[in-house]
Amino acid sequence: MSFPWAEHYTPKHPAMQWIDEKLPLPRLVYNAVGAGYPVPRNLNYFWNFGVLAGLALVIQIVTGVVMAMHYGANTLVAFSTVEQTMRDVNAGWLMRYAHANGASFFFIVVYLHIFRGLYFGSYKAPREMVWLLGLVIFLLMMATAFMGYVLPWGQMSYWGAKVITGLFGAIPVVGEPIQTWLLGGFAPGNASLNRFFSLHFLLPFVIAAVVILHIWALHIPGSSNPTGVEVKGPQDTVPFHPYYTAKDGFGAGVFLILFAILLFFVPNFLGHPDNYIEANPLSTPAHIVPEWYFWPFYAILRAFTVDFFFVPAKLLGVLAMFASILLLFFLPWLDTSPVRSGNYRPTFKKFFWILVLDVVVLGYCGGAPAEEPYVMISQVAAAYYFAHFLIVLPLISRFEKPLPLPNSITEAVLNRYNIQGEQDALPGMGSDPQPSNAG
Amino acid sequence: MASVEHTNGEDVAGGGEVRRRDFINIAAVSFAGVGAVAVVLPLIDQMNPSADVLALASTEVDLSAIQPGQAIKTTFRAQPLFVRHLTDKEIAEADKVDPSTLRDPQTLEERTVDGKKQWLITMGVCTHLGCVPLGAGEGENRGEYGGYFCPCHGSSYDTAARIRKGPAPKNLEVPKFSFTSDTAILVG
Amino acid sequence: MVRIGAFLVGLFFAGWLLISFLVGAVAYVTEPPQPTVEHEFHKAPRHVSFSFDGPLGKYDQAQLQRGFQVFKEVCSACHSLHYVAFRDLKGIGYNEAEIKAIAKQWAIKTPDVDPKTGEMTTRDPVPADYFPKPFANNVAAAAANNNAIPPDLSLMTKARHHGSAYVYSLLTGFQSQPAELLKKFPDAKTPEGLHYNPYFANLNLAMAPPLTADGQVTYGDGTRSSVDQMSKDVAAFLTWTAEPKLENRRRAGLATIIFLLIATGLAYMSYQNIWADKKKKA
Repeated sequence: MSFPWAEHYTPKHPAMQWIDEKLPLPRLVYNAVGAGYPVPRNLNYFWNFGVLAGLALVIQIVTGVVMAMHYGANTLVAFSTVEQTMRDVNAGWLMRYAHANGASFFFIVVYLHIFRGLYFGSYKAPREMVWLLGLVIFLLMMATAFMGYVLPWGQMSYWGAKVITGLFGAIPVVGEPIQTWLLGGFAPGNASLNRFFSLHFLLPFVIAAVVILHIWALHIPGSSNPTGVEVKGPQDTVPFHPYYTAKDGFGAGVFLILFAILLFFVPNFLGHPDNYIEANPLSTPAHIVPEWYFWPFYAILRAFTVDFFFVPAKLLGVLAMFASILLLFFLPWLDTSPVRSGNYRPTFKKFFWILVLDVVVLGYCGGAPAEEPYVMISQVAAAYYFAHFLIVLPLISRFEKPLPLPNSITEAVLNRYNIQGEQDALPGMGSDPQPSNAG
Repeated sequence: MASVEHTNGEDVAGGGEVRRRDFINIAAVSFAGVGAVAVVLPLIDQMNPSADVLALASTEVDLSAIQPGQAIKTTFRAQPLFVRHLTDKEIAEADKVDPSTLRDPQTLEERTVDGKKQWLITMGVCTHLGCVPLGAGEGENRGEYGGYFCPCHGSSYDTAARIRKGPAPKNLEVPKFSFTSDTAILVG
Repeated sequence: MVRIGAFLVGLFFAGWLLISFLVGAVAYVTEPPQPTVEHEFHKAPRHVSFSFDGPLGKYDQAQLQRGFQVFKEVCSACHSLHYVAFRDLKGIGYNEAEIKAIAKQWAIKTPDVDPKTGEMTTRDPVPADYFPKPFANNVAAAAANNNAIPPDLSLMTKARHHGSAYVYSLLTGFQSQPAELLKKFPDAKTPEGLHYNPYFANLNLAMAPPLTADGQVTYGDGTRSSVDQMSKDVAAFLTWTAEPKLENRRRAGLATIIFLLIATGLAYMSYQNIWADKKKKA
């Protein structure tokens, strides 16, 4: 697809040829995730997370469809049908715990995928569209996860729905009508539950569709790589299959082991106990927190405590929370350094790790009660978050002196394996003079 | 091109024997396949009746209020269950028939409990396409054989609920049941 | 243009956050937040060990049956167990006949409609029934309990942090208010009709100590029924009601992980094989 030396699909079996003539689906798959897609040969394990995110989406859709077979989207029965799934349905507990923890794993994997993109400059030209579509997926995931969390109709479901839709209430004039419209009532109720269920079922398929666009857009320029140097020739790439299918297979195994540990041995570790209490509109939990994957954004929301002249602090918090995600859409144009990979950008690298730490601190504060010192810490951390993307990155791009880049991916691979004197052989490397390092 | 040659080269070099390297690849793929099957099993099993549904899989019926000639309609496994107290005349009519002439040969004895021949317990589900036959309710059409009559396609059942006329292939099904006392049965 | 706009937006948000921080910091220094009585005197659940602790622990069926007895004779007067059915008792070792007898003799009857008159009536529970609620509805529950509604216990141990230890600690934690507390927070005296318990979130609990005397319940298996033992047993029972599939889950988990370890090991070897010609001299 992307490179002239990509292998062409030649059906081996007459049946495949018959199908391929009528509907070139085998060809499409072959070119997308088969031997027809040449991939840089030097991808590290951070490049596993794209495929793992796809796996997580599949787990969510399969377990979700199964759970929908046993769920009643009605405030009178929602909580008890979920309990029935856990107790009476064959393997129901497995489906439910897999779905709940699968959501967490989906976010873990996607966050790693995003941070990989941030560090290695994957958002830069010519892959801006890949980045933008990825952010669309991320937004859809957040909406889906939020609505899914409402469905069991526990205390956190109810109060989470109330608080999050309440964010829209902060918008002047139209805010309250919007909130009422979102909920189909004045507080979360049957109408809200039904529409959330409907959309929670729909959105994963929309996500799947955007994932296809995301991969399509990726295949135009081809995958990025840890050096950030573009592919120069066939010696820089390997076919996706079997090289990266094998590597992704191993990655999937590790992912599933970690997932199984959580799912089978501490299934409620990432959940909140209050969601095992049925929703009660008359009693608020002592401390309302969203699921962990929203904590950094929740911290930003709560960090605004002082009105800005006529703009109330609550509205500022809402604007800042949305801005904290929307600003990522501008990233390809904020970071103008021609060097992609953080490996060759010493200053950027330092600030990148500060950002990672910053987001972890924000997450911790978002999960903590809204008390001091957490609010003060999250104010400083949120200030850095905005400064990092909107001020620091554009400035670094202008003043930083990057390290010398390798001439090609292959050269970088050889340097990594610490082989000297092989460089001469590089240009026409037909026979791959490879170092005998790594086991 | 280099990479292409290498992958192909591996297959060729293997020759006739399955080499260790290939064996590991095959083993890894097989394990993935076994894992996939293991995942599919609970996904299929979850559609089987759940524990709460199975718990309702038996029904107790009190017979004391059913007079001879009367029938009641109750439910067993969410389907209609007919409990009929046959009169002596109805028993005689049923016994009169030579089973070998029937579409689904069975005697009344075979369809009732020893010594309790007057209690005819059947599912109220026509064996043709699953409609509920008439005849259990007061004043309903019992068809020309005096048992049950299915209005959907005109199947007629006799007083032992055996199929006598119409498209249904089988007699009305007799569920597994037992008497828990003289006037009570447990179905299922 | 994008970068100038971004710079201004960034400056605004970051700047205002830092100003908010300063305002907060000044307030923190000039009027430090007052410690609350909950902060100072609330205790985390006591450590207690159960047979189901650890990743491969199992329920002790004798203990679950004792705990069920405590629930039956003490808790069930006020607390419902609505997500558990009598048939589920099979999971703690009762057979069908025993379950039938337990259901039939249950003190609280199952509401039903009289088949002849259509009036609301009650009947003996059967194994398929869920444990009947002691109060017809929340209003009745509140009216009978000094305006506090006794919560359902089915999921209690999952609805609190460290739930099993919490139930145990709460049941054994009733005490008189420490003098130190009253000295420090004179307004925090436990109101009339409530009971001081440092393991309860706001320290004052409407429930009177339910297990007060050793021997309150006579165990069939001869175990000495101290308050501590009864509390532990009922905490174990409520762990089971909240997570009846715990043992299945752990068994399935162990098998899954062993399988995955082998599969992943093979996948790794396969990955190394396939890449062998890319990583060393061909």
